[in-house]
Amino acid sequence: MSQVRLYRPPVSLTWWLRKPSYLVFMLRELSSVFIAWFVAYLLMLVYAVGSGPGAYRDFLDLSANPALVVLNVIALAFVLLHTVTWFGLAPKAMVIRLGALRVPPNVILAAHYGAWLVVSAVVAWVVLR
Amino acid sequence: MPESITMEVWRYRPERESEPTWDSYEVPLRKEWAVLDGLNHIKDQLDGTLSYRWSCRMGICGSCGMTVNGEPKLGCSTFLTDYAPGPVRVEPLHNFPVIRDLVVEMGDFMAKLPTVKPWLVGDDEPDEDTEYRQTPVEMDDYKRYSMCINCMLCYAACPVYALDPEFIGPAAIALAQRYNLDSRDAGAEDRRDVLASAEGVWACTFVGECSVACPKDVDPAGAIQRYKLTAANKAVRDLLLPRGAR
Amino acid sequence: MAAWHNVVIVGGGGAGLRAAIAVAEANPKLTVAIVSKVYPMRSHTVSAEGGAAAVAGDDDTMDEHAYDTVSGSDWLCDQDAVEAFVVEARKELLRLEHWGCPWSREPDGRIAVRAFGGMKKRRTWFAADKTGFHLLHTLFQTALSYTDIVRYDEWFVTKLLVHDGRVRGVVAVELATGRVETIVADAVIVCTGGCGRVFPFTTNANIKTGDGMALAYQAGAPLKDMEFVQYHPTGLPFTGILITEAARAEGGRLLNKDGYRYLQDYDLGTPTDEPVLRSMELGPRDRLSQAFVHEMEKGRTVETEAGHVVHLDLRHLGEKLVDERLPFVRELCASYQNIDPVHELVPVRPVVHYMMGGIHTDIHGATPLTGLYAAGEVACVSINGANRLGSNSLPELLVFGARAGQAVAEFVATVPGAATAPVLAQGRDEERRLVRELSGRQHSDGERIADIRTEMQETMEAGAGIYRDEASLTKALDKLAELKTRFARASMDDASRTFNTELVAMLELSGMLDVATCIVASGLRRKESRGAHQRTDFPDRDDETYLAHSVISRKPDGDWRVEYLPVTITRWPPGERVYGR
Repeated sequence: MSQVRLYRPPVSLTWWLRKPSYLVFMLRELSSVFIAWFVAYLLMLVYAVGSGPGAYRDFLDLSANPALVVLNVIALAFVLLHTVTWFGLAPKAMVIRLGALRVPPNVILAAHYGAWLVVSAVVAWVVLR
Repeated sequence: MPESITMEVWRYRPERESEPTWDSYEVPLRKEWAVLDGLNHIKDQLDGTLSYRWSCRMGICGSCGMTVNGEPKLGCSTFLTDYAPGPVRVEPLHNFPVIRDLVVEMGDFMAKLPTVKPWLVGDDEPDEDTEYRQTPVEMDDYKRYSMCINCMLCYAACPVYALDPEFIGPAAIALAQRYNLDSRDAGAEDRRDVLASAEGVWACTFVGECSVACPKDVDPAGAIQRYKLTAANKAVRDLLLPRGAR
Repeated sequence: MAAWHNVVIVGGGGAGLRAAIAVAEANPKLTVAIVSKVYPMRSHTVSAEGGAAAVAGDDDTMDEHAYDTVSGSDWLCDQDAVEAFVVEARKELLRLEHWGCPWSREPDGRIAVRAFGGMKKRRTWFAADKTGFHLLHTLFQTALSYTDIVRYDEWFVTKLLVHDGRVRGVVAVELATGRVETIVADAVIVCTGGCGRVFPFTTNANIKTGDGMALAYQAGAPLKDMEFVQYHPTGLPFTGILITEAARAEGGRLLNKDGYRYLQDYDLGTPTDEPVLRSMELGPRDRLSQAFVHEMEKGRTVETEAGHVVHLDLRHLGEKLVDERLPFVRELCASYQNIDPVHELVPVRPVVHYMMGGIHTDIHGATPLTGLYAAGEVACVSINGANRLGSNSLPELLVFGARAGQAVAEFVATVPGAATAPVLAQGRDEERRLVRELSGRQHSDGERIADIRTEMQETMEAGAGIYRDEASLTKALDKLAELKTRFARASMDDASRTFNTELVAMLELSGMLDVATCIVASGLRRKESRGAHQRTDFPDRDDETYLAHSVISRKPDGDWRVEYLPVTITRWPPGERVYGR
């Protein structure tokens, strides 16, 4: 179509502020940075535990630093956002049939949250016993 | 109810102007009138130069996708009274190059569609006097994805498509799934390379707006997420299991 | 510039796509092009709702389907065509099933069938109430797998090129650019659908402007049985959107303003709770639309802002059945009428729906003009005669689309090559004409295209509606002549070459004025009442004189000529049409 001068509307820099769903989409993309941070943080913890009581104490002192606490609170919020939206799409991705009946989406969703609770409880039991 | 409503229409006439402009028209506000009826009134009575596509005016041919007050809509099933007292702002569908006025260039979709092989790939076709058996439950697996009218509203709603025009996109993937999930089809493996590619389902970050915009309740977002699980499962099996057991 | 293909198909709806696949299958060496003014999936086949007829169950036979079709046509169809049709209809619908069409199913997985108007057995296959949509998309998507089929999407054909008495190609405008191109071909199949838009109130989409009929007529091919225009009894008032006959097949009832099932007064049987085949609400469309007019004359219809209506009652069917079998009806009623048919009465009135007439073809889709073929609603084979039965049009476009494709593949293989220079010269002439049309209508004192179109549509409704007579038809013919003169001086606002939809509307109107004239002129000549052609001045069927196809063709001076061709009768001699008795 060489003879047509097509108009290509520019994508504005703030397009993601136009709709709540677009904003959530951007925040969710951003959440990957914080998840990466949590992974790094967890590896630091494992390394510290493995390096003996002194290193572990240093790690705890570092974690008590207010800046790090603030960072971790923000990271937790993003990880929760990621988890909740991830669970939200689970019923879309999983179509489970029992005979002719399709398992309703909210049952699948509830099962995910249930599983989350159980895993959390097991972790808590291992840590706190 | 006021007697008329203002329609602000996005205009682009490449032979006259290099940048789009807005034109404003006063059209009668009648309870039966869709946005499309307003445009037809403009075209027939006020300004014959306005260009847009339309045909069936009953929400099934998919021609009249346009942006109405910022949202992707079918012009024939969006009613003027819902926007009273106005104005109603009508633009072409977002995320597409514009040929003229409300007419967008959709050649990109038409080129991508065949790449997902949206046709039945049968391996044991019954003889010409019998049908494949398919129970209503089996049909239920894909029926929803077969309802796509190719209206392009989902592409207009998708920010991933806006940022990455190589993305195969919601409707094409939903149509691929329409066949993948059909009990008569044996073509899933043929479609896998395209669907499971970086420009296929993995480009989707689940904004979910495609399913919100869809006027036929196809749920392309669901189709895509479902295929992600299928593709991931398949990839893990390929990695872990010996060839014969996959 | 010029392009070349062995076969050019004008129109990308059900018939065009089926024909293209048939050509590709018959001879993969041939190049096939589909030239369509809209993307194929926008074609009006998409709007068909109720279903497609073909013998399905053990209790049914080909002969019964044929007899229903013949009696439904008021014996004006060609019975050899009908006999071939009923056999191939089943094959085609199964073929479509093998291509993935989601036909509604029985619990055991077999294809389900429903009742339909004028059919004595349940034989209408359906995909809920979006049969045309699924049929078109299945065909379109299947056609995508044939990579040799070339598409010219959004190209408007303005002329058939004829040289040495043979069709040699088309001239078409690419809408996006305004580029005019001559496309040379060994044969052309016209599959552009009907012409409902010559009337003001129609179920037909905006694109149904009879383009192919006009192209053929202007090229010298005759049109057949053009006086037979089908009014569907149940359209939504104001919009004309179709409420499928399947609504009545599932048990819907037609009520007048007193809540009375008025069809019982018109020799259509007696009311029963369960629908009875070939009776009452399941009578043929012509008889039901005519009954509405009589009810209106008796003052027993409901008067609304959008004209007189009766009511379609679906309330007793229940939500489950409506959602399963008639979901689109519910969706359309909600969107366009603001009512829920599960709980409320649906206002309906007769609406122009289908053209029984069309380009005169034989049983293989060939027209008398060498190299020109036609299939689908644009063609008249004829299996529909004076009245088409609901659910026969979808199998018709498949059967005769496939037949035309196969016939063309054979024709092209045998036809000698011919000089293209004179064809290209004609193409250049046509391009010059189009440029003149575009630049010559930019004056401010002419009438608007839309105004002339509206006047034509109103003329057709007043003069050639459900009931006509000599006076109304003559008046309409005079008015159409006047409109043609005024059209020649009409003006356009838009001189652009880029997606100029006003230019398209102008070219469409030019053809519609010819098609409308053919409808009226053919109606004026047929001095009898048969099927959808009801003359109040000649209320009876006259088999002695008019058991014949009318054939109208254009004379070189622009005038027309109506002749008659015999109807082919094989096994069912003309008889009385009996419904409900």
